[in-house]
Amino acid sequence: MWLYLVRRLFLAVAIVVLAVTLLFVMIHAVPGDPAAIILGPRATPELKAALHAKMGLDDPLPVQILTFFADVVRGDMGTDVFTQRPVSRIVLGQLPFTITLILTSIAWAALVAIPLGCYSAIRRNTMIDKVTGVLSVGTIAIPSFVMALYALLIFAVLLKWLPAIGAGQGGLWDAIRHLILPALAVGIGWVGYISRIVRASMLEILGENHVRMARAFGLPERRIVFRYALPLAILPTVTVLGVGMAHLLSAAVFAEVVFARPGIGGLIVTAVNTRNYPIVMGTVLVTTGLFVISTTIADLVNAMLDPRVRESL
Amino acid sequence: MTQGDAALLDVNRLSLDFGSPRGRVHALRDVTVSVPKGRIVGVVGESGCGKSTLAFAIIRLLAGNAEVTGGEIVFEGQNLLDLNARQMRALRGQRMSMIFQDPMTALNPIRTIEQQMVDIQYRAPGGQAGKRRHAAEALDRVGIPDPESRLQAYPHQFSGGMRQRICIAMALLVEPALLLADEPTTALDATLEVQIIDLLKDLQRDIGCSVLFVSHHLGTVAELCDDVVVMYAGEVVERGSVRDIFNNPGHPYTQALLQCDPGRIRERTRHLPTIPGNVPNLLGMPRGCIFKDRCPHVFDRCRHERPAHHAIATDGHTASCHLLDQTAEAPA
Repeated sequence: MWLYLVRRLFLAVAIVVLAVTLLFVMIHAVPGDPAAIILGPRATPELKAALHAKMGLDDPLPVQILTFFADVVRGDMGTDVFTQRPVSRIVLGQLPFTITLILTSIAWAALVAIPLGCYSAIRRNTMIDKVTGVLSVGTIAIPSFVMALYALLIFAVLLKWLPAIGAGQGGLWDAIRHLILPALAVGIGWVGYISRIVRASMLEILGENHVRMARAFGLPERRIVFRYALPLAILPTVTVLGVGMAHLLSAAVFAEVVFARPGIGGLIVTAVNTRNYPIVMGTVLVTTGLFVISTTIADLVNAMLDPRVRESL
Repeated sequence: MTQGDAALLDVNRLSLDFGSPRGRVHALRDVTVSVPKGRIVGVVGESGCGKSTLAFAIIRLLAGNAEVTGGEIVFEGQNLLDLNARQMRALRGQRMSMIFQDPMTALNPIRTIEQQMVDIQYRAPGGQAGKRRHAAEALDRVGIPDPESRLQAYPHQFSGGMRQRICIAMALLVEPALLLADEPTTALDATLEVQIIDLLKDLQRDIGCSVLFVSHHLGTVAELCDDVVVMYAGEVVERGSVRDIFNNPGHPYTQALLQCDPGRIRERTRHLPTIPGNVPNLLGMPRGCIFKDRCPHVFDRCRHERPAHHAIATDGHTASCHLLDQTAEAPA
């Protein structure tokens, strides 16, 4: 167990280093001088040079990367080029909005999709199974930003049931009302996706020998489904959910932009557009960290459910 | 072999099809098997002859594409094919239980042995502690060392032989009237096989249940069973007591099967004997005798007429072969 966590920690560091290094290389391949964009079209070459020196852009790429990591280890993620505020404070300030959105989306998606997938597996080839099958493929195929746009148009603009933009000011109820549409748009594709995975693994498990043995002892079908099959069928779903956090982050980016919600997504889009490198780096660092944490949690949940996994940790 | 009123299970002229994309597979045709009270009846035959299908048809756990097209399965006086799902479930794990072929996959991997053994006693009165004690006793009886602490373990912490012992413990814990054993030793190595057979024999004697023992291994059948049913391509070709079948096989298929048993070969040989040819395709309804394509004694009548069961001795030993038909003239 402890060995597993230590191994995981090393893996986490490796993933973060790799991701940030890749990003450094990619950002440098993108045309556009950050200093020119930040200072505007009338900047003098001297001002540009000064800013370059301040941002460390004159150093060779490996040196820039090393400097960045050295700073991060000291707890310094750099300062925002425009506001001069520390990046860590900006990113961590936006983080709760994104985490709330992602967790809400994935929670409602899982709560709807797991029973739906189970039901489709148990009543396979019935009308309900076929309808959910078609709807699932439909929701998987439609990109989340299209979902977000239509959710906005229908529920906020046409019906005026829910607020269109922002995250609400003050009050839990207001925050919840602002969360509903983005969470709907981000989560709905996952309902289809998860219900398909649960259905497939449930069908597989229900066809396995030990289920047949449980039936040969006359165990009630309800107990077979909930105690013998579901805990096993849920294992691949947990892994997918853990890895899916990365996918959800990108879905959240669109939702945050469409609904003008504060969060990591809106932050990174603006930062990339303005070549605000410190913010981009800080955001990627944090989201990579989130990804590692969510896959670790998924592994731990699997270990809780499956004694064989528990022993291999 | 019909012992009249003493029979616990009577399968009468059971026919069963599997629906497949290429047509209907006639997996069982007119299968008649009788299991008397307290006896062990072996079902032998090659892979795919329908012997496992028969066992699963009796406990009614076949796949959804199976369809019974005729016959009846009379167990303790009632036709199992007339029962609804709830009535059938009431019999399973109560009046009949089953041991499966592959012990590695027969137990649920994420529930402890205790949970699974207590679960199957869910209908029994009494509390958790009593059921737990029963489970430990059952494990002790099948030779699991230190049963009290092993109850906490998960299936993957046991070897294949131990898992099959646990499965046997579970099947007999419910003290069934009928035990269906579907090749319980096929997945185990030879030394374990002997141990498991001895164990089954002892436990059957203690409990006094009837056993339908499905196997392709003639040696284990000879060792364990009282009566034998020989199946070929979905039909019963011969039935009789163990002694009759092994000493005086009547059907050419049984004779060939016995010749292929390595344990019975007397002379030194570099080539193990085999039966030439393959089991016929069961998609279409076959004409004539089912064994005609592989039979060394085949003659004209075999190609046109399906043989009936003819008595070989008075004690119920019968085989379905035209050669045994006393009323007809011997073939030229």
